[in-house]
Amino acid sequence: MDTLMNILREIDDSIDYEKEQALIDDRLLDSFGVITLVAELEDAFDIVIEASEMVPANFNSAQAIYNMVCRLQEN
Amino acid sequence: MAYDSWLYGFVFLPVCLAVYQLAPKGWRRRVLLAFSYVFFYLLSGTLLVYLLGTTLLIHCIGVWLTWLKSEEKAALTDVRGSEKKAVKSAYQKQSRRVLALGVVILLGVLAYLKYYNFFAQNVTGAMETLNLPFSLEAKSLIMPIGISFYTLQAISYMADVYWGKIKAETNLEKTALFLAFFPQIMEGPIARYSDTADTLFAEKSLEIQNLQNGYLRIIWGLFKKRVIADRLAVAVAAVFDNYTSYSGAIVAVSAVAYTVQLYMEFSGCMDIIIGSGETFGIRLPENFRQPFCARNAAEFWRRWHITLGVWFKTYIFYPVSMSGPVKKWNQYGRKHAGKYLTMLGTSAMALLPVWLCNGLWHGSRWSYIFYGIYYFTLILLGIAVQPLRDKALAVCHINEDSAVWRRIQITKTWVIIFVGELFFRANGFRAGLHMFRSIFQDFDIRQLWDGTVQGLGIENSDIAVVVAGCLAVALIGMIKERGICVRERLSECRVPVRWCAYYALLVAVVIFAAYGDGYQAVDLIYAGF
Repeated sequence: MDTLMNILREIDDSIDYEKEQALIDDRLLDSFGVITLVAELEDAFDIVIEASEMVPANFNSAQAIYNMVCRLQEN
Repeated sequence: MAYDSWLYGFVFLPVCLAVYQLAPKGWRRRVLLAFSYVFFYLLSGTLLVYLLGTTLLIHCIGVWLTWLKSEEKAALTDVRGSEKKAVKSAYQKQSRRVLALGVVILLGVLAYLKYYNFFAQNVTGAMETLNLPFSLEAKSLIMPIGISFYTLQAISYMADVYWGKIKAETNLEKTALFLAFFPQIMEGPIARYSDTADTLFAEKSLEIQNLQNGYLRIIWGLFKKRVIADRLAVAVAAVFDNYTSYSGAIVAVSAVAYTVQLYMEFSGCMDIIIGSGETFGIRLPENFRQPFCARNAAEFWRRWHITLGVWFKTYIFYPVSMSGPVKKWNQYGRKHAGKYLTMLGTSAMALLPVWLCNGLWHGSRWSYIFYGIYYFTLILLGIAVQPLRDKALAVCHINEDSAVWRRIQITKTWVIIFVGELFFRANGFRAGLHMFRSIFQDFDIRQLWDGTVQGLGIENSDIAVVVAGCLAVALIGMIKERGICVRERLSECRVPVRWCAYYALLVAVVIFAAYGDGYQAVDLIYAGF
């Protein structure tokens, strides 16, 4: 989770990732932010994120992103 | 039978509603499907075969993909450890091929019917320029109504099954209804299966509240289309068809008028379509969200033709962003080119196919391709200057959320929209360029009051009705922008107040709609795409 938080803060450090539950729905993270995030996550966690994972539910909060990363690592 | 015709609103829809209500549960879906096919047949005759073929194709692809998934599941129980990865990869490849087969067939049919003549014309032109003895003959091709809309909807269904976002439909009637539902077959909205399936197949009995809400929205749509858009259509056509006869001032005003016409017509039709769905208790996705409140071009496209934008984002933008070359550039760029250039490069690679497809989707004309590239350039430029812009705002102590700054941004976006629509409506790219130039080179403002405008087939009374109508639509839009649902507020009002408002709208449509002597029925613009 710490690695993920560091990645998120590097993308935009003005967001309170511990509280935010609607990063996508409230447009705090835009499409390009998500693409950068995906590239960082793939590097950091050695996973492959497919286009099918690009749904708001997977990126709306730090916890949701973390859950997706764990699920992809298990696969 | 267009959606704004009296035949649709007062005969076809009410008869369908009555038969639907009288039919027992289990048959209501069939009633909707039968009426949908009748509707399609009335518009496109035997070209209905294309829709039937598409339905059968996506149904089979969906079932095939599901079968492959269950086979994969069974195969995985028999293997362990590292072999699992190989099995998964093998099945994923097979599934991808099945999906590709479906997509290639659908896009092949669309490309042939919609773009063959454009392709042939350009190839022949290029060969003539090069003095080469080769030419492609133009063919007499007729497109079934709504093919550009239902093809995208069909692709989204197959892709969503492939991605595991939805389960494939095993009931062919349901797949058929999802694709053919008559209110949306001509102009969208391009609904994803998960958007509509719940209410589309629920076979709910009709409810007074749904009928009231639905018809209210239909009448509101008629108001936008018949009172405002159709009045402007005559004058807009007069200028765009004879652009060399008018000064830049008239051209500029006609670009604004066309933008208003297009919005009133397309959003008005969406009101009729979504309202029609509501009468059955069926929810269709919204296609507009006060687009003229957008502060930049990107935001405008999140508010205008929303379902098309979401389709391109989901099925082109993200898959391209996640593709090998873009990922490789991302990795390389972050190590060697820095964050800014990497983001710019990634954005360009992912946005170019989106906007090229957006332009081409509208039709086989260079002006549509230009229209797509125009927005690609503007949005990429917006991303490129973002850091500089942020710094400038900080230095000048400008609050981005201040009302003044917001208005400046909205005005700038309006200019972007008007220029885009000028090229979009122009009879070819060269005509668009000529018209655009005339705004700067021949801006004879006197033509606005020397009687030229009245010569465009629009009387002063028409202008007054259009202005009043636009003000009413803008007022409702501003209320909606504040998160207030006007219909809900109205329903909370006392009965006399509520019904006064309903009758006022109805009377406005009956009295001011552009029909009768001196007016011609205007074809739906987006139905032609």
